[in-house]
Amino acid sequence: MTLQLALSQLLNGLQLGVLLFLLAAGLTLVFGIMSFVNLAHGSLYMLGAYFGAAAFAKTDSFLLAIIAAVVGAGLVGLLLDRFALTKLYARDHLDQVLATFGLILFFNELIRIIWGPASVFISAPKLLDGTIDIGGFTYPSYRLAIIAAGLAVALGLYLLIQKTRVGMLIRAGATHANMVAALGVNIKWLNTLVFALGAALAGLAGVMAGPIVSVQPGMGEPVLILTLVVIIIGGLGSIRGAFFAALLVGVVDTLGRAFMPTIMRSLLERSTADAAGPALASMLIYLFMAVVLAVKPQGLFPANVAAAR
Amino acid sequence: MNDTKPSMLWPVAIRWRAPRTVVAVTIIALLAVLPMIASALESSYYVSFSTRILIYALASIGLNFILGFGGMVSLGHAMYVLLGAYAVAIPSSHGVTSGFIHVALAVGVCVPLAAGLGAVALRTSGIAFIMITLAFAQMLYFGAVSLKDYGGDDGLTIPARSTLGGLDLATNTTLYYVAFVTVLVALYLSWRAVLSPFGLVLRASRSNPRRATALGHPIFRYQLAAYVASAVVCAIAGVLLANLTLFASPAYGAWTLSGELIVIVILGGLGTVFGPVVGAIILLALEETLPTLVEATLPDYKSNWMLLLGLFIFFVALLLKRGVFGSLPASARSERAEP
Repeated sequence: MTLQLALSQLLNGLQLGVLLFLLAAGLTLVFGIMSFVNLAHGSLYMLGAYFGAAAFAKTDSFLLAIIAAVVGAGLVGLLLDRFALTKLYARDHLDQVLATFGLILFFNELIRIIWGPASVFISAPKLLDGTIDIGGFTYPSYRLAIIAAGLAVALGLYLLIQKTRVGMLIRAGATHANMVAALGVNIKWLNTLVFALGAALAGLAGVMAGPIVSVQPGMGEPVLILTLVVIIIGGLGSIRGAFFAALLVGVVDTLGRAFMPTIMRSLLERSTADAAGPALASMLIYLFMAVVLAVKPQGLFPANVAAAR
Repeated sequence: MNDTKPSMLWPVAIRWRAPRTVVAVTIIALLAVLPMIASALESSYYVSFSTRILIYALASIGLNFILGFGGMVSLGHAMYVLLGAYAVAIPSSHGVTSGFIHVALAVGVCVPLAAGLGAVALRTSGIAFIMITLAFAQMLYFGAVSLKDYGGDDGLTIPARSTLGGLDLATNTTLYYVAFVTVLVALYLSWRAVLSPFGLVLRASRSNPRRATALGHPIFRYQLAAYVASAVVCAIAGVLLANLTLFASPAYGAWTLSGELIVIVILGGLGTVFGPVVGAIILLALEETLPTLVEATLPDYKSNWMLLLGLFIFFVALLLKRGVFGSLPASARSERAEP
């Protein structure tokens, strides 16, 4: 029984991990290439969830919801890059943090104006509604599908970056942006492409998380902070680092939340432990990050990024 | 009036006719008489609102010391405000109401905590520093949430204001003047510190850390000392805030408050001593008037005024490089005309 519980919590952790990876991949790529800190990345996740929910309410098709979320968030990312953020790429991180902090407030209120303050509903597709039996223990098939989809996207991203011409330019842009521009590549176009790709991935994460979290204004912030922790632990600009750090953070956070109250209960009075356990579990990943940074200030998998030096 | 010659109190000549000095002196003079104006208008609300402005200004003065002069972008300074607030709330709930004990507790916990966290955080720089300070603040935030005996998530109501010797903080005007004097002291100390040899090394560590190190300055020690000092200022702001609201909750350490403090510093003018006061006045006045303004023009959207605030912050970051106070000339026109 306890083993099964541990196993299902481990899978929950992996599921959170792949969602975090979808967010972290875009954020860390944008940082690697443009040296840009985008706090509004969580807003793109929220927009993805809302676009998906709107499409789902209209058509009742989860596939269309995914398409709406990915295309919608990607388009918003494209417009943001073209019309709002280009001027900020050359500025220091302080201005970037401030401007995108303002954008978070803007998007949260925009969503509240359009869809209202209450949470909206999106359900898992019929096909994945039940549970699946893995060697004697049952697990919700939708969550398993998230893990599979996330891993598939991770593989696709790996192939895109390592094996294609665009990926080569992205890697080159991350280390020697000026040289790439001098060789005749339109670096602005490359920036926009990367930003829109990151936004689309955030939108995908948003719609996939839709059925298991509550879709409401401000849903992006807690996830954003977890994502920032992920890219710092993984090493800024490193996709590989983001992947391993996302899984690590997802598992540590989930297991901490699941078992911390039980551990606390053996040490403290029950009521105190029930209250303190979840909060202390929330502290766990920040503690983890502090330890990583104290030992390796560049993160676990430092990328060879010009901006990080 | 001629420029004041340097003395023990004024290490440099003060340019009394410079626009910055005129604006700063005018604002301080207005703040000094504000409770009297408010009582003449019989609007006591403005006294507590102005106290709030002063407290935010105080916390921002603390943050500005490392952000504006040391180049350390901390996105977690609200955690020290939280610490200060709980240093009032927790003893008060046990019947200890002495303000001296509250301040001593706030400073006594803040100094070792900031020294430890600062030592770890300063191993990183740039974006990683922003994130690690954010992470520490989140840790303290969740730590406060876990204090179930002290209200947990809901926070803790404080039965009465701190007692401060002969001063009666229970009246709003007295609390206002305590905050006002604290802000003046903080302004003076940060002004002196920035001009001192210590401040010179701190500013050097911002503009060129490698060269400062090569000149033989152990900049890590200077940065750490500045970080601890700025944390203490924020903790004292937290003590005052808890006294003003008679309430302490984890929300005082929310990362959005850390963001707001950065907004105030930038809005006022990064790297100017008086800038945070101007920034606090503008931001809080905006947060106060925007809802009524929106209600008057678009009543359906009165709860959505944050949309405008978000846009405002975005454009401040995009367009206002030197801040409102920082855009004012630091010397008088007659001085600038001379070659």
